Amino acid sequence: MMMIVVIDYNVGNVKSVCNALRHIGCEAELSRDPDPIAKAAGLILPGVAAFGYAMEALGDAAEPIRRAARAGKPVLGICVGYQMLFDESCEYGSHQGLGLVAGKVVAVPSDQTVPHMGWNLVEFPDGMDLFTDLGPAKHFYFAHSYHAQVRDERARIAYTDYGAPLVASIQKDNVYGVQFHPEKSGNQGLQVLRNFHAICRR
Amino acid sequence: MLTKRIIPCLDVKDNRVVKGVNFLNLRDAGDPVELGARYSDMGADELVFLDITATIRSRKTIVELVERVAANVFIPFTVGGGIRDVEQIDELLRSGAEKVSVNTAAVENPDLIAEAAQRFGNQCVVLAIDARRSKMRKDHWQVCVKAGSEPTDIDVVEWAVRGEQLGAGEILLTSMDADGTLAGYDNELNKTVSDVVNIPVIASGGAGTLDHLYDAIVEGGADAVLMASITHFGDFTITQMKEYLRDRGLPMNL
Repeated sequence: MMMIVVIDYNVGNVKSVCNALRHIGCEAELSRDPDPIAKAAGLILPGVAAFGYAMEALGDAAEPIRRAARAGKPVLGICVGYQMLFDESCEYGSHQGLGLVAGKVVAVPSDQTVPHMGWNLVEFPDGMDLFTDLGPAKHFYFAHSYHAQVRDERARIAYTDYGAPLVASIQKDNVYGVQFHPEKSGNQGLQVLRNFHAICRR
Repeated sequence: MLTKRIIPCLDVKDNRVVKGVNFLNLRDAGDPVELGARYSDMGADELVFLDITATIRSRKTIVELVERVAANVFIPFTVGGGIRDVEQIDELLRSGAEKVSVNTAAVENPDLIAEAAQRFGNQCVVLAIDARRSKMRKDHWQVCVKAGSEPTDIDVVEWAVRGEQLGAGEILLTSMDADGTLAGYDNELNKTVSDVVNIPVIASGGAGTLDHLYDAIVEGGADAVLMASITHFGDFTITQMKEYLRDRGLPMNL
């Protein structure tokens, strides 16, 4: 059964992600239970919330996700779901993340307007499968006040420029993450989701 | 660097998109979900849906509309018109809108802006201001409420500043004098407001040519341009607008 599981926990944008997946003809199921997570061809971890709140809401779904990711299942984190892939965040106190990618989530530099909100250009390095068929760079829709500092040497990184370079996307083996919102980034965002769908089918 | 934004505006009345001149003489412009989906696909940066009937009876309709829009539109969108309290805002955000715009209710109860900003974040709260040039004082604009039908004594510039202080994340600034005329934005108004606030200003009312869009951004200091007539009925596609602005040196999402 070729199925993407969108992790269902009480945060914003879960529905928007499902709408976008339906639009591209991708079969998706909302769940937070170990069994569907173990059987899925791929997982999407959405999230619009504060980091600590989101980790708490994720609760006992964290372990099955971690297990699936370590077993090589494709996992895509979006916005706060992406930030949760890292070791820790300092948003409103110190919080542990899923620890799938080495790095820390910190505040966007305060010499810029925060939140970083709107369309910004992301440049794609070679070999990032999420950006297949999108050329060398595209704009995506961002809405966030924290960003990840990646320490993982095995992670490929795509940046956007907001006064300083901010990490817009990472890929470490089967673990993918986007700080922006593909479900709200028009046709190029839908293409990112199509690419993830294709990765899950490989 | 963030791009400048092109935002088609869909005024919705009885489940149809309409557009008038100076808020009057409405013409039908199509189905809101279909039109919204088309703009999303054509490369618009955001959409604004304004329920211009905004009666109690239409509340349930607008939530259903937002759900249908969210299932077909894959760019951020704002919903406004007749929003009275944070419970309504909560419902609209949960139905799939990124932002809500408040107008009359915020004038009557400015704390609504603060309450909404604290609960949902500043980025969700757009303060919509319908501005009319004062006939008595030069370079002075008064805030109008109830879909522009009632002028108040409130000064637009003071209201914009107060709105930012209360927690609005953006100002949607509509010139009632220019609205629907295709004669250009009121850039004195745009400039006066964008000079005194730090949050993005969306220029609205009067777009008729590609030059008008450029002028609103460069002369008016707007971060985004909103338009209705020229995209619903006019000769310009979203891509044409963006290419034109990019070729004149502005950062655009293309």
